[in-house]
Amino acid sequence: MNIHEYQGKQLLRQYGVAVSNGIVAFSPEEAVKAAKELGSSVIVVKAQIHAGGRGKAGGVKIAKNLDEVREYAKELLGKVLVTHQTGPEGKEIKRLLIEEGSDIKKEYYVGLVLDRATSRVTLMGSEEGGMDIEEVAANTPEKLFYEEIDPVVGLTGFQARRMAFNMNIPAKLVNKAAKFMLGLYQVYKEKDASIVEINPLVVTADDNVLALDAKFNFDANALYRHSDILEMRDFDEEDPKEIEASKYDLSYISLDGNIGCMVNGAGLAMATMDTISYYGGSPANFLDVGGGATAEKVTEAFKIILSDANVKGIFVNIFGGIMKCDVIAEGVIIAAKEVGLSVPLVVRLEGTNVDLGKKLLNESGLNIIAADSMADGAQKIVNLVG
Amino acid sequence: MGVYINKDTKVIVQGITGSTALFHTKQMLEYGTKIVAGVTPGKGGTEVEGVPVFNTVEDAVKATGANVSVIYVPAPFAADAILEAVDAELDMTICITEHIPVLDMVNVKRYMEGKKTRLVGPNCPGVITADECKIGIMPGYIHTKGHVGVVSRSGTLTYEAVHQLTQAGIGQTTAVGIGGDPVNGTNFIDALTAFNEDEETYAVVMIGEIGGTAEEEAAAWIKANMKKPVVGFIGGQTAPEGKRMGHAGAIISGGQGTAEGKIQAMKDAGMKVAATPSVIGDTLIEAIKEAGLYDACKTH
Repeated sequence: MNIHEYQGKQLLRQYGVAVSNGIVAFSPEEAVKAAKELGSSVIVVKAQIHAGGRGKAGGVKIAKNLDEVREYAKELLGKVLVTHQTGPEGKEIKRLLIEEGSDIKKEYYVGLVLDRATSRVTLMGSEEGGMDIEEVAANTPEKLFYEEIDPVVGLTGFQARRMAFNMNIPAKLVNKAAKFMLGLYQVYKEKDASIVEINPLVVTADDNVLALDAKFNFDANALYRHSDILEMRDFDEEDPKEIEASKYDLSYISLDGNIGCMVNGAGLAMATMDTISYYGGSPANFLDVGGGATAEKVTEAFKIILSDANVKGIFVNIFGGIMKCDVIAEGVIIAAKEVGLSVPLVVRLEGTNVDLGKKLLNESGLNIIAADSMADGAQKIVNLVG
Repeated sequence: MGVYINKDTKVIVQGITGSTALFHTKQMLEYGTKIVAGVTPGKGGTEVEGVPVFNTVEDAVKATGANVSVIYVPAPFAADAILEAVDAELDMTICITEHIPVLDMVNVKRYMEGKKTRLVGPNCPGVITADECKIGIMPGYIHTKGHVGVVSRSGTLTYEAVHQLTQAGIGQTTAVGIGGDPVNGTNFIDALTAFNEDEETYAVVMIGEIGGTAEEEAAAWIKANMKKPVVGFIGGQTAPEGKRMGHAGAIISGGQGTAEGKIQAMKDAGMKVAATPSVIGDTLIEAIKEAGLYDACKTH
């Protein structure tokens, strides 16, 4: 789960990590009120969407007075911002962060992420701030430094200082930078984050070390123990179909194609998308109904697939192990009758109770095309969708 | 024979009184797995499906001499269940539970350093040695005893591959589901090492997916060490960047962990790679024919 920059900065403040003063605003009036409260001569108006690259896309404005704050707030709110991370459709700006301007001397990068190779959380840092860290890793890997964190002792003082020295932070500010990193690790650990990126971390003219931006991603599996984080969820930032799917514990991801897919198991679901593409088709979604699906869950899955106007055909691919084929068949039949099936439906069933499942489908009176294998089913649906 | 588990393996089911665990305990018993104990704190002294229940893993081990456990405990408590299995010095613990917080697993991995227990999973279908011992949630009937090892990050895709092999008359030794999480116990190289040493295993199917670099590392290991043919498949070739495809581990970030890179690494290691999941079986057959092992692997 992602949160907004202003929410990330609130969290950082709670942990004593230095950030600029700022206030969230949902309207131009609130923006002006926030700017007055901050009382700074330079005010930054920042679009709050769940995507990076906002600055380059025109989502960050520098205001010199309250009129400019109002003007920029009016301009940004309701605007669709397209950055390299939003996709071509962009994201509508509904919230702004009104922040006091900082006199920046230099920008750096600091991040925390899980390193799968070592099964440890790793601190990353670089003096190349404000750029995509992937680019730094590719072009100037000698400028990217790592500290592997032992979960028993956590990030240690000497590691944080070593990182600050490696990043060429001015010697007199190394302790401030180290304190910053130690706080950052505390938030990461205590809130079960999966990624925290401060890009840029800045050193200011008045010798402060501040987070100018804050990107947080949290482990969805740990949200049950962080109600405060869960409250920060912004449904406007998510695909409505994905929200609907999550209510029924279905794993659904919207894609650009026109063949709806319903599969059990994440690996098989991905492989089904691959097979459709291999035969020249294009999947409209990833959908894993899971191992313990009921007829009701299958029905809901079907409805979600059909709510996508791009869907011109559906491929159901089930390898029933624990999942019984007759349960899937039952769900498909109920759903097709309830929502009305206007597109071709290809079903491949294999595994537990397969004969019973096939019999139910055959006797349903629905126009269902049976497939013998995943490849057979994929070819059939690709041909039908055309 | 096969790897990790066999007909003599004595199994504890951790969390045995939960509904999922009960269902699968029945299935495993039907398959012939020697389930000697269950553990549910507070339910010690009772019995389910004819299996005695204990309060702790330690008690269960003392009373029954069990050497392997399988975990069906809900995610918030699953990491603790793994720690308990490790503390009881079991040879192996297989964690089926999905959705365990990843930082819990970081702690578990740290705790396991220097300990004897092997962890398989979490978020995996389990391990099965055909006709001998089934530990997990896989459908038993698709497996046939034979000479091909299977190791996979995905559950249902493993079934798909095993089913194709069985239909083509190619039996299996052991199928190991290592799970789809970013932090797990047994990895590809561990399982490949075991298959390499197992006299009954003549060839191996390795099923990976996008995300991480485990497949690349395994491919390099195969090139340097593997004495037997290995064929591969990578799921998620068409998955978009930055999207998590069900498995917590299945995400491409910053150009890392792409299907393309993994397939290339496998090919560089001299492996045959199935273009689609439907031809995993055919690809294996092609490889064992080339190696002159087809007749030896054919079971009927």
